Amino acid sequence: MSALEKAFTSKPGKAIAAKAGLKDPPRLRRGRTWPEGAIVLAEIGDGSLARRTLTLLGRSVESPVVDDGGEPTPGYGARIGALVVDVTGLTTIPQLEELRAVLRPAVKGIERAGRIVIVAHPSAGDWEQRSVARALDGINRTIGKELRGGATTTLLHVAQEATPGDLVSTLGFVLQGRSAFVDGQAWTVAAAEQPAETLQERPLEDRVVVVTGAARGIGAAIARTLARDGARIVAVDIPPAGEALAQVANEVGGTALQLDITAADAGAAIAAHVARSGRPLYAVVHNAGITRDKMLANTDASRWASVLDVNLAAQMRINEVLLDPATEGGLADGGRLVGIASTSGLAGNKGQTNYAASKAGVAGLVEAMAPDLAERSVTVNAVAPGFIETEMTGRIPFVQREIFRRSNSLSQGGRPEDVAETIGYLLDPRSQGVTGQVIRVCGQNLVGA
Amino acid sequence: MSHNAVVIGGNRIPFAKAGGPYAEASNHDLLTAALDGLVARFGLAGTRVGEVAGGAVLKHPKDFNLTREVVLSSALSPATPACDLQQACGTGLETTIYIANKIALGQIDVGISAGVDSASDAPITVSDGLKRALLRANRARSAAERAKALAGIRPRHLAPQAPGVAEPRTGLSMGEHQALTTERWGIGRTEQDELAAASHHHLAAAWDDGFFDDLVTPYLGVAKDAILRPDTSVEKLAKLKPAFGGPQGTMTAGNSTALSDGAATALLASEEWARENGMPVLARFVDAEVAAVDHPGGDDLLLGPVAATGRLLARQGLTPNDFALIEIHEAFASTVLATLKAWEDEDYCRGLGLDGAIGTLDRARLNVAGSSLAAGHPFAATGARIFPTLAKLLHERGPGSKGLISMCAAGGQGVVAILEAV
Repeated sequence: MSALEKAFTSKPGKAIAAKAGLKDPPRLRRGRTWPEGAIVLAEIGDGSLARRTLTLLGRSVESPVVDDGGEPTPGYGARIGALVVDVTGLTTIPQLEELRAVLRPAVKGIERAGRIVIVAHPSAGDWEQRSVARALDGINRTIGKELRGGATTTLLHVAQEATPGDLVSTLGFVLQGRSAFVDGQAWTVAAAEQPAETLQERPLEDRVVVVTGAARGIGAAIARTLARDGARIVAVDIPPAGEALAQVANEVGGTALQLDITAADAGAAIAAHVARSGRPLYAVVHNAGITRDKMLANTDASRWASVLDVNLAAQMRINEVLLDPATEGGLADGGRLVGIASTSGLAGNKGQTNYAASKAGVAGLVEAMAPDLAERSVTVNAVAPGFIETEMTGRIPFVQREIFRRSNSLSQGGRPEDVAETIGYLLDPRSQGVTGQVIRVCGQNLVGA
Repeated sequence: MSHNAVVIGGNRIPFAKAGGPYAEASNHDLLTAALDGLVARFGLAGTRVGEVAGGAVLKHPKDFNLTREVVLSSALSPATPACDLQQACGTGLETTIYIANKIALGQIDVGISAGVDSASDAPITVSDGLKRALLRANRARSAAERAKALAGIRPRHLAPQAPGVAEPRTGLSMGEHQALTTERWGIGRTEQDELAAASHHHLAAAWDDGFFDDLVTPYLGVAKDAILRPDTSVEKLAKLKPAFGGPQGTMTAGNSTALSDGAATALLASEEWARENGMPVLARFVDAEVAAVDHPGGDDLLLGPVAATGRLLARQGLTPNDFALIEIHEAFASTVLATLKAWEDEDYCRGLGLDGAIGTLDRARLNVAGSSLAAGHPFAATGARIFPTLAKLLHERGPGSKGLISMCAAGGQGVVAILEAV
């Protein structure tokens, strides 16, 4: 810790910083925890999907307070834990006023680390309907920036044909603490053939999941979180990282596979390792990645090639092998693939052309693969971490690091487990309708989409 | 009653020169790291294994239960029993034979053999004189008696005693013994340096191929064998001064093993257990033999394995040509060369009670992935290094491929074992 950082984190330093407007960031709610206060359900139009999904989740709901324009603005007595607004029946511009009327009391009365969730249908229909759908996006992003105390907002585009069974894992994830660092985001939930089943404590029980780059940081957190959810972890990392990798594998009761993912036979080596276990391969989390940062003016061919190979090309090659039905130990039908994109890739980041190329490439890859693998019921998604507190980001100079940390709606860096929880949600067997999505785990980072 | 004992795999930490990167690590630390890497590779965390057999040649008195204590520090189930064995440099092979025998007899389904040594952390003890005085003082019943006992301590008693490197019965160090053997068998300098260079080149090539990716787990930031010199050559080795055998000696630091730190483990099981638990099956343990020579009576100290090999091959009806691969532990380059000459020597072999010469080895089959000259030789670890290495090499060559391991050990002993790929 530098002298400057020590001074900043000391008691007097904190007092001065607070006066300057740099308050301690809010504490986020994490894990499989529900909001403390009531879950309020508002329905605009005649949609009932959110209500039925909350019933499936076993959550009781309360009626919303509606701002009728009178003075003073009506409020909630006790703080509410969450507001879920079902706008699946919202089609016109005047109806947006109904949304405002339920949002206004809620944003005033929401608890710390509470949740606003807007459940909508994907953009479709006439000009007005599509315009209204897009308006929801603007509302969602703005609420995210206005909410305080670690509360977050999410917009879910749920397909017309989707059932509560399709939405249950998503709504459960968003309302629970697992989504702590996911804020101001929107993604799509499609209809899928699956039973209407409530959240499971260990949704990945006995399922084999390969995690690359598992020796440390976000990868180790992914291994731990997925193991908590019941997965049998195959922890992969390069041979020189073997000591830390072994510790992670032993901690989660999995196996360690020392492997350079850029090797030509990496996919075959993973398949052979899985095949021996006699269990089908359920999921691969392509977490391994490297940075070789330089301004483009100083980026040579080798910096370019190594980053693109490790972060993008390697996972494509491995996927090809594991998706070949002839590969023993390959990915089973109904399986899951997850890539790691980055806000750097989505928004661009100075000094990271190679990295941004590779990470935006991952987003493109999952969007391309998802429809092609739909008939095998394999879902393909990516998460895009923003500033996450790891050993790697800990090496960024203090002032720069503090700026990165605070440059999002939650005024703090995320934790590796925040990324891991989002991946756990994508791997949930009940997330069958979530595919081709890129979910940012960035606390609504101020830069980018 | 009789089961196929098979090798599932192994794990070791990279070996390093004594006083190097592992200088502050104890036998306990080194072996725990090697064992935890094995547990991770095969997903054994929390598993109760039938038995772990390990050992060290240089051992602190406090480590009387070393292997069991290592098990308790590891990710294995604490209900896993363990024992310590010791047969000098043959320890790591003897622990493997012990585990294989128990599996073959059906006493355990799965077991781990291991060996470790830290020449950095060698036990320093007190002199016999000091020890006697202290024990007397401890037994004393009065202050006066105690004072009298302690008064018996002389300055010369206070010097710490490093572990002996000399053979107790001859007073000669191992290198000095081997120098006699080198001379007697007429082993030249160049052939020793050639063998040493080949060991380094073979080991380096194996590392480059990723051969050790599933046999070694890094430790304390060391990811590769630290003694290995990939760029060494016969020319470079030829420049070294003799270390043993006087000014005209042919044995140098380059063609003798370095004092080393390291630990190695091997996972063995009955073939049924391995298959039921989704484990790889590399090779089957076939048979083993131990022998000893009368080195106080003038025999070559490190040629004990010749008699063991002869008897084992005779029992199995095999000749050197029947083996796809042969591993002869490189205590010194000249040990390997003298061993091979002895195999071919009709009179010498008959003198050991064999029916005739053992035969000639095709040198292309010898130590193909390098051996102790390049990897280093943490005494008790070497057998547990070679065993899974050979099993993997044989497995790559296909079912039925046979391999022989020959290890010399202090006290004029030799330990030899046969593996066959499954």
